[in-house]
Amino acid sequence: MFIINSPLEEILEINHHIYLLKIFSPELTSIIKPGQFLNIRVSERVFPLLRRPFSVCDVDSDHLYLMFNIMGEGTSILAHKPIGSTLDILGPLGNGFNLDGNYETAVIVAGGLGAAPFPYVTRMLNGKKNILSFIGGRTRDDVITYNLKNVKEASDDGSLGFKGNVVQLLENNLELLKSNKIKIFSCGPTVMLRALKEFCLKHNFECEVSTECAMACGFGICQGCPIESTTEKDKYLLVCKDGPVFNIRDVVI
Amino acid sequence: MSTVDLSVKIGSLILRNPVMLASGTVGYGNEMAEFTDLNKLGGIVTKSLSLKPRKGNPPQRIVETPAGMLNAIGLANVGVEVFLREKIPFLKQFDVPLICNIAASTIEEYVECTKILTVEETIKAFEINVSCPNVREGGLSFGNDLKSVATITDKDRAVTNKPLIMKLSPNVSYIAEFAKTAKENGADAVSAINTLVGAAFNIFTRKPKIQNVTGGLSGPAIKPVAIAKVLEISRQVDIPIIGIGGIMDWRDVIEFMIAGSSAIQIGTLNFIDPSAPGKIVQQLEEHCIKNGIAKISSLIASYQL
Repeated sequence: MFIINSPLEEILEINHHIYLLKIFSPELTSIIKPGQFLNIRVSERVFPLLRRPFSVCDVDSDHLYLMFNIMGEGTSILAHKPIGSTLDILGPLGNGFNLDGNYETAVIVAGGLGAAPFPYVTRMLNGKKNILSFIGGRTRDDVITYNLKNVKEASDDGSLGFKGNVVQLLENNLELLKSNKIKIFSCGPTVMLRALKEFCLKHNFECEVSTECAMACGFGICQGCPIESTTEKDKYLLVCKDGPVFNIRDVVI
Repeated sequence: MSTVDLSVKIGSLILRNPVMLASGTVGYGNEMAEFTDLNKLGGIVTKSLSLKPRKGNPPQRIVETPAGMLNAIGLANVGVEVFLREKIPFLKQFDVPLICNIAASTIEEYVECTKILTVEETIKAFEINVSCPNVREGGLSFGNDLKSVATITDKDRAVTNKPLIMKLSPNVSYIAEFAKTAKENGADAVSAINTLVGAAFNIFTRKPKIQNVTGGLSGPAIKPVAIAKVLEISRQVDIPIIGIGGIMDWRDVIEFMIAGSSAIQIGTLNFIDPSAPGKIVQQLEEHCIKNGIAKISSLIASYQL
């Protein structure tokens, strides 16, 4: 991990209010793994003060892509950064997904902006494993399928694909999932992850999940991002350093 | 003039420069060492240690506020035993004064921790946290009570010969009284300030933004408060002060020294730019050269009121 100033080359709006930053950073692209994240200082000023964490969305030779929506002051500044300006990036941070292993099909399960890390996962698995993607959102605008493969969509209001949540969609495809040796990779809102954990435990599916928590530093010194462990009694792990990717069985969601 | 004397004294402790890293913002040193050369610093202060490991508060522990942040970590730490066994070996490699911060729930626990840790020669001084706002028992309730501060200082003094620094709370009416009590009971220095109690609500859910409801406010938002508290102590009590509160660059260091600090601690800035402390040391030296300041210690309490 290190701090680097990398130039911003392009800002794309890929969905309604969903932005993609294209950053030239061979130093980072040569080492960053799918599921790892970066902590970006959006302003030199004292407000916003803290860096903003973003999981790596995709890597294309020397370019790094980050996906986000405008949540507040920090992301608003980021969405309006001048092309050609440099971004102050701290990373790579945390542990990424373990894409190796004895499975045939990678099942990507994401809700809303939880889709952000999976274009890179898809790229790394392409040609090595089968990929099935189950992508959900509240309405069609929230279902983000950018650079994903073999997508089945779900929306809460039925405006796109299956009407209902993404875990219900998994249940509907249980036979397909059980006919393969699968490993699930997931990211999304807590309610979705909670339902997914129950689903995985019930059907004994292996699953890695990328978690989220408010944090200040991103590398372990602020102790601001605890997540309860299921393997050690009465112990918190840190989302930033021990995660953000965990085996879904190892953490309380 | 080619060389500047950046050294400062905190009681019998001599620091090569006034820049220290604040407790709770440097962990046990290993992560910070990847960004800043610890050997270039004046000193580092460990995360608060308690007798037994502490799990800390449930999330959400942190929220950003204008020019600052609230935290309620709840003194999560590995405890003195694991610290000595697993963290000291790493810290031993460095030639930088290590100051152990101690937090406890009872007066006896403070004394017990100090007794155990004082044997370790890598530890050069103690900073006693009587001002954590985020745990129910101990912490701030001690820091608000002159008698408790007097007793803790006195009893800790009896079990160690190493410099004893009392870290004071700003959440009191007259901080100088606490500094005076610390001095009278044998403290070598005071650190000022710990965080200010703060709170923030989500206006839609009407719930507090951090789980603990209140937290400690830090960052540039508190700097003027910290400067005022340092000045208050400096004008009334003859004791070395370690200034803390929202330092973001070398100018802030100079300002804290002018207001009465012998040394300073960098806290929240470490989260944003962990490479900053080393750079600040360099910039302090440049400032002194440019302005003909031969000894940085000449700035201490040099205010012109």
